[in-house]
Amino acid sequence: MAQSFERQKAKPHVTEEWVGRVYTLLCIFLLVATIFSMVYFVASRGLTTFFGDGVNVLELLTGIKWNPEGEPAVFGALPFIFGSFSTSILAALISAPLGFCAAVFMVEIAPRFGRKYLQPVIELLAGIPSVVYGFVGLSVIVPLFRDIFPGQGLGIAAGALVLSIMILPTITTIATDALAGLPSGLKEGSYALGSTRWQTISRIVLPTTLPALLTGIVLGIARAFGEALAVQMVIGNAPHIPRSLFESTSTLTSAITLSMGNTAMGSVHNNALWSLALILMLMTFIFVFIVRWLEGRSKI
Amino acid sequence: MNAKTADKIATAVIIAVAAFIVLLLIGLLGYILVRGLGHISFDFLTSAPETIRAGGGIGPQLFNSLFLLVLTMLITIPLGLGAGIYMSEYAPVNRVTAFIRLVVEVLSSFPSIVVGLFGLLIFVNLFEFGFSLFSGALALTVFNLPLMVRITEQGLRSVPQAQKEASLALGLTKWKTITSVMLPIAIPVILTGTILAAGRVFGEAAALLFTAGMSSPRLDFSDWNPLHDVSPLNPFRPAETLAVHIWKINSEGLAPDAPEIAAGASAVLILTVLLFNLVARWLGRYMYRKFTAIK
Repeated sequence: MAQSFERQKAKPHVTEEWVGRVYTLLCIFLLVATIFSMVYFVASRGLTTFFGDGVNVLELLTGIKWNPEGEPAVFGALPFIFGSFSTSILAALISAPLGFCAAVFMVEIAPRFGRKYLQPVIELLAGIPSVVYGFVGLSVIVPLFRDIFPGQGLGIAAGALVLSIMILPTITTIATDALAGLPSGLKEGSYALGSTRWQTISRIVLPTTLPALLTGIVLGIARAFGEALAVQMVIGNAPHIPRSLFESTSTLTSAITLSMGNTAMGSVHNNALWSLALILMLMTFIFVFIVRWLEGRSKI
Repeated sequence: MNAKTADKIATAVIIAVAAFIVLLLIGLLGYILVRGLGHISFDFLTSAPETIRAGGGIGPQLFNSLFLLVLTMLITIPLGLGAGIYMSEYAPVNRVTAFIRLVVEVLSSFPSIVVGLFGLLIFVNLFEFGFSLFSGALALTVFNLPLMVRITEQGLRSVPQAQKEASLALGLTKWKTITSVMLPIAIPVILTGTILAAGRVFGEAAALLFTAGMSSPRLDFSDWNPLHDVSPLNPFRPAETLAVHIWKINSEGLAPDAPEIAAGASAVLILTVLLFNLVARWLGRYMYRKFTAIK
């Protein structure tokens, strides 16, 4: 970058400054352009289903029957939407208390031990690739559920359990930062009044950091919502709303993963899959919006 | 219940949960390594996979993963550094910048499968790169850019304000200050983050299914001309990476030893990610010590 001297009348350092400025501006422009084209292309594909192929929006969102190759083809995506929401919310319900406890352990109970051992453990959990989680889920959790509960072991319970481990690092990291950032005067005041550690944690620390903790949980749900392969491997992939947690079902991501490669570009089935991708994208916007809102609240 | 008893119970529960998480990781790693390490051999790491018979290896997949990683980082690092420098040094404080920040945040939370689908539309179909390593690298770049931008910003923010001002006061231009004064100081943070991002690229599969493809054509490892079709270095050939391979043999593997291959490949993947993690930690500490002269 420093060698960008060109034969020009301007002084070299002025030229250099401009080259640098223009280069970084180009980079950020490219980034923004990518995001806009992403939204545009996925939306235009996803909306073709409704405007080009005449599928009703409400029918897609609330229909419970998905039979894209049938006569007539039926596109009811509610089973997928239900699958996505139930697995990710269940995963957050399992993961949130664990993440909170881990954060409290690292910040309040054993900071030195926590930073030295628990922190790397959490980082490693975050680094394990999702296919490996899927593989472990398929070869440990699914057979275990198959033995204990009726059914094949595949389903929402297996998916949620795998996801809960995957989103634990997200929730824990944000909770840890929130707890560590709490003004120490608050805690000291509480201890000075004679309250125990648990009283301080449950009545001072938890309510004050609640918006930040919720941010972590929402980010965890967002990650679980968009996770594709690990869930696809353990969910079973039957396109209907299950009657129990241990019955095969599908999510938005698993439906896309499975069928996108087997359908012709431009067919109604293919367009319907793009509509599912559009739902995923819109949900991302909503999650980001919620996170922003929560962050705004925590400043007060 | 007495407040002191409640405190003791709560403390015990929290410690138990922390211990559980540590045990969970040990169990996970232990399970994968115990199941997989036995299957790893030189032959397994270098030979081509078999579709129906037993005894297939992961040679091409491992090579594809590494090659794709290099390609991706070659595109991501210059772009991410540039965008990060702009956001942290040049961007004026106004609504446009705030909007760009929001947009980058949105991009970083897009599901990787959506990024993969975007890659399918743009890189594979519109730009006609086809299912290729290059399309895969571009998709992974989109996926990784927000992270790279954040890492660069973090790194530049860790530079002491006085050092930056001293350089500007000596009459250096802003760009010169950034490249010759700030970046060298920020390198430890940036490098550590980049290596961790590389680990993420190595394990990513969902964004690659529809961009780099799920098939691995026959490769001739004696032909290193990047323009030849069978050359491993040709960036415009379809390439199944290790992570995609694990997914594929788990969902549609026909070989009788598919579970063993999946276990072996998972162990290789985990070991590589662990290696990235350790190198990042060690390098970060080493450079920090070297640059700050502590101890």
